[in-house]
Amino acid sequence: MSAKTDVKTYSGFKFMTLLCLVILYAPLIVVTVYSFNASKSITVWEGLSLRWYADVFVGPESGKFKQAAINSFVIAIVAATISTTIATLAATAIVRGGKFRLRTASLGLISLPLMVPEIVTAVALLIFYNSIGFDRGLLTILVAHIAFCIPFAYLPIQARMQGIEDTYEQAAMDLYATKAQAFRRVLLPLMMPGIISGFLLAFIVSLDDFIITNFVKGAGVETLPTAIFGSVKQGLKPNIMAISTMLLAVSIVMVTISYFVSKSDNTK
Amino acid sequence: MAGGAASGGSSAADTYAGARNWLLMPSWVVLIVFVLAPVCMMLIYSFLTKEFRGGVIWEFSLKAYDQFFCDRGLFGDEPCAIEWTYITIFWRSIWQAGAATILSLIIGFPTAYFIATRPERTRAMWVFLITIPYWVNLLIRTVSMKFLLRDQGPLNDFLISIGLIDSPLHIINTNLAVQLGLFYSYLPFMVLPIYASVERYNFALSEAAADLYATKWTTLRRILLPAVKPGVIAGCILVFVPSLGAFLAPDLLGGAKNFMIGSLIEEQFKGNAGNWPFGAAASMILLTMVLIILLIFARQQRKAEATS
Repeated sequence: MSAKTDVKTYSGFKFMTLLCLVILYAPLIVVTVYSFNASKSITVWEGLSLRWYADVFVGPESGKFKQAAINSFVIAIVAATISTTIATLAATAIVRGGKFRLRTASLGLISLPLMVPEIVTAVALLIFYNSIGFDRGLLTILVAHIAFCIPFAYLPIQARMQGIEDTYEQAAMDLYATKAQAFRRVLLPLMMPGIISGFLLAFIVSLDDFIITNFVKGAGVETLPTAIFGSVKQGLKPNIMAISTMLLAVSIVMVTISYFVSKSDNTK
Repeated sequence: MAGGAASGGSSAADTYAGARNWLLMPSWVVLIVFVLAPVCMMLIYSFLTKEFRGGVIWEFSLKAYDQFFCDRGLFGDEPCAIEWTYITIFWRSIWQAGAATILSLIIGFPTAYFIATRPERTRAMWVFLITIPYWVNLLIRTVSMKFLLRDQGPLNDFLISIGLIDSPLHIINTNLAVQLGLFYSYLPFMVLPIYASVERYNFALSEAAADLYATKWTTLRRILLPAVKPGVIAGCILVFVPSLGAFLAPDLLGGAKNFMIGSLIEEQFKGNAGNWPFGAAASMILLTMVLIILLIFARQQRKAEATS
């Protein structure tokens, strides 16, 4: 056992890992700390205060941010739900559908939003909506998000399903379960960790999206990222740091949920 | 043995073969209508004539591509000389994305390896630590980076206070800032796929190599790397491709001199330039480049799988 660890260990890799963590966290920690700054300036530290959090909720821009937050969360929940459902069905066909002619094409189609650069998808959708006369607004954002969230939901689900041997379903069907029952009662529960992580991934990707949303949103319709971007373009202000810190907290809560979901899973 | 590890278990399970068309239908419909059809529409638009207030006139024209590649002088009547403006922007984007990818690989590979070789109990916690920033809004991360890198920002304050530098480094609005921004944006994308393939790697192979007197670094280079190559390639694609068309990092960190493809395209649809066919043409060129890169990678990966 000790010889095994020895083969695995490379000196310096631990240092790189710690460096990686510092790089990943330093900017976030700095912004969090400065969001509690009492000063009006982002450069000078004047002590702890919650004034910028108060500013987000009751300040002059609070109405705008509130509406943007509602839009963002509604779109993210609906888009993630629909795209995860679509992805689960597709993964079942591709992983459990045997060998078929359109398998590669289906996989290619699903990974298309990953291969096409986001800005190209954004331009294409803007042109598409424009050419069919689809008025830009919340609905155009939602439809776009459903489409590009599919691969993000799909990948963890496929990975999970590939790890589950089909002997489980076969056993269920040997015991006279129908295919639908085998799917619902055996495969689906086993796939749950993959489905949940797919859903959360799609949710975050939707909540995170700026470029596509910025192109396909109607005039006056804002999501949190577009509202924040508009604000940042006029200069870094402390209230943006407060909003950022809150969104950061939302992300951490979500990822913690997903962590415990996968930890509670003992099927493997 | 190695082949089994690389092919990743594509079993021919066919429990749901009968229902597969129905199962695939929703994904086909959504992706064809809202991704594939729009891209085809964009291709058509790139061959149309521009309308001045944004939008197009339905009249065939090669003007968009001509504008991209040809410099026809002040009055537009000279023979075609190569127009460098846009090619330079594309070249800069490739260079920036490449630098960000290499930077991510240098930091990301050891990290992924280190995590994958932790005891199984703590691995999830390490992945969790790497994943948290990955879940944080990209815009917020880019804004954080902007805040950190400012001339009077915390990074410069820190470096001055420990005596490493005397006067603030001007990082913001340089190529370096954009590279750091892209690197920071997509670093977790590098770590996760490499981690996944190292975790699947059979360390008995390394032990066998060590028993046969291979040094550690030889083992890493000759045994481990070929086995985890698909993960490394996936990581590089996941960093390079989004970096190439990135908009936020160059826009917020790069300033006007460090224009990349993303900003060029965005300007055609949002800004005052407002030339839809040209924007569509630039997008088509970007898309073609990305697809060529992906094709080469896919071919290489297939070759790697066949030889292992």
